[in-house]
Amino acid sequence: MPRVTFPTGMQRHLACAPLEVEGSTVRNALDAAFAIEPRARGYLLDDQGALRPHVAIFVDSVPIRDRKTLLDPVRPASDILVVQALSGG
Amino acid sequence: MAQTLYVGTRKGLFTLTRTRTGWKVEEPEFRAVPVSMVLHDPRDRTLYAALDHGHFGVKLQRRLHNKTKWTEIAAPTYPQLPAGEEEKDSFGRPWPRTLKLVWSLECDPRSDGALWCGTIPGGLFRSSDRGSTWQMVESLWNEPRRKEWLGGGADLPGIHSIAVDPRDPNHVLVGVSTGGIWRTQDGGATWAVCSNGMRQEHVPKDKTNDPVCQDVHRVVACQAAPDRIWVQHHNGIFRSQKDVASYREVKAKAPSRFGFAVVAHPEDPDTAWFVPAEKDECRVPVGGKLCVLRTRDGGKTFDVQSSGLPQRHCYDLVYRHGLDLAGDGTTLALGSTTGGLWISENGGRRFQQIDARLPPIYVVRFGC
Repeated sequence: MPRVTFPTGMQRHLACAPLEVEGSTVRNALDAAFAIEPRARGYLLDDQGALRPHVAIFVDSVPIRDRKTLLDPVRPASDILVVQALSGG
Repeated sequence: MAQTLYVGTRKGLFTLTRTRTGWKVEEPEFRAVPVSMVLHDPRDRTLYAALDHGHFGVKLQRRLHNKTKWTEIAAPTYPQLPAGEEEKDSFGRPWPRTLKLVWSLECDPRSDGALWCGTIPGGLFRSSDRGSTWQMVESLWNEPRRKEWLGGGADLPGIHSIAVDPRDPNHVLVGVSTGGIWRTQDGGATWAVCSNGMRQEHVPKDKTNDPVCQDVHRVVACQAAPDRIWVQHHNGIFRSQKDVASYREVKAKAPSRFGFAVVAHPEDPDTAWFVPAEKDECRVPVGGKLCVLRTRDGGKTFDVQSSGLPQRHCYDLVYRHGLDLAGDGTTLALGSTTGGLWISENGGRRFQQIDARLPPIYVVRFGC
């Protein structure tokens, strides 16, 4: 199953361990992860379900292209790494 | 006398407590997280804090009376747009339907635990359950002229002031930067713009007096006489006339008529305080001297109050929510963009600087 890893910067606000979930797209996999960690949705996605501007997702080390509907495909053994951008001050 | 002051900053929520010897700064909560708004509900003493996590969005936290633990509660959420659609303002620019900032939080006296919340971009929300759930006030959102609102304090417009009439909680005013003052008299079912009599520069001449074009920086009411509304506007100071639907400019002989903050005395409708700044492309204290303006005669005259405030090399700007007056009508707090914090316990006659170099201050609010 694809494995979703949450941003390290999020952990102090909302601790989420990596999750192995079903899914053939980033959207499917994240929805499955949010079923287990419902509060994580609002940390990663905005009100319209798009990826927040300062969050990025890599699938097997490749950045996803579809930040709005998250339809990039994932394979059964994919690593879905969610990271925060190094922005702010 | 006030006993507690909450200070929302760019790096956390600071609490100050009044001891026998003075105000003591406690260690911050939500350390290093921006806190854009705070509300201490006098009905059940619940404390609310609005956080702006930046990367991870806006969150609301709640702490019940006599508890130490905070609980994350729901944040207001904008209604979904149909797939593929994009909302635009009247200038054709995208108006994102996603929460950017909680800019105002007030009690709704109609039921215990009910709250109003104003947001950027341009949303008004209501909760009836201490913030566990929120409902957008769609009647205001769907007002056709809402799309004429413009960014004032931020790139997108927002609701920074919510003034509930204590005689009739169905009567509510909201202040928009920029978009004027909007009024409901039926608890939010219908709305009408009511900032008549104001004057906006930097717009086409035929829009100068258009009530929707007014950049009201802050709107507050006298609690004992709620028809007296005080407005710090981008272009000057205004006060309501006979009712809250029309305003006249108060021509203050003062360092400046520009500023962001205003507080109204809870009992005396003729008394209010402002923090002037050099208009409007500079936004610093005039001449490097920080001061507060007080009127006690409805705006006919103003006292410049500067005792205890820095009078040279000062660049502290006080934002909309950076000035508060406690319920006693005499304790004032002043917090600045450069982290300066001052408290006066005699109506502004003398300020005491709090011995701390705080992060930039967004909001100061006395506990109840």
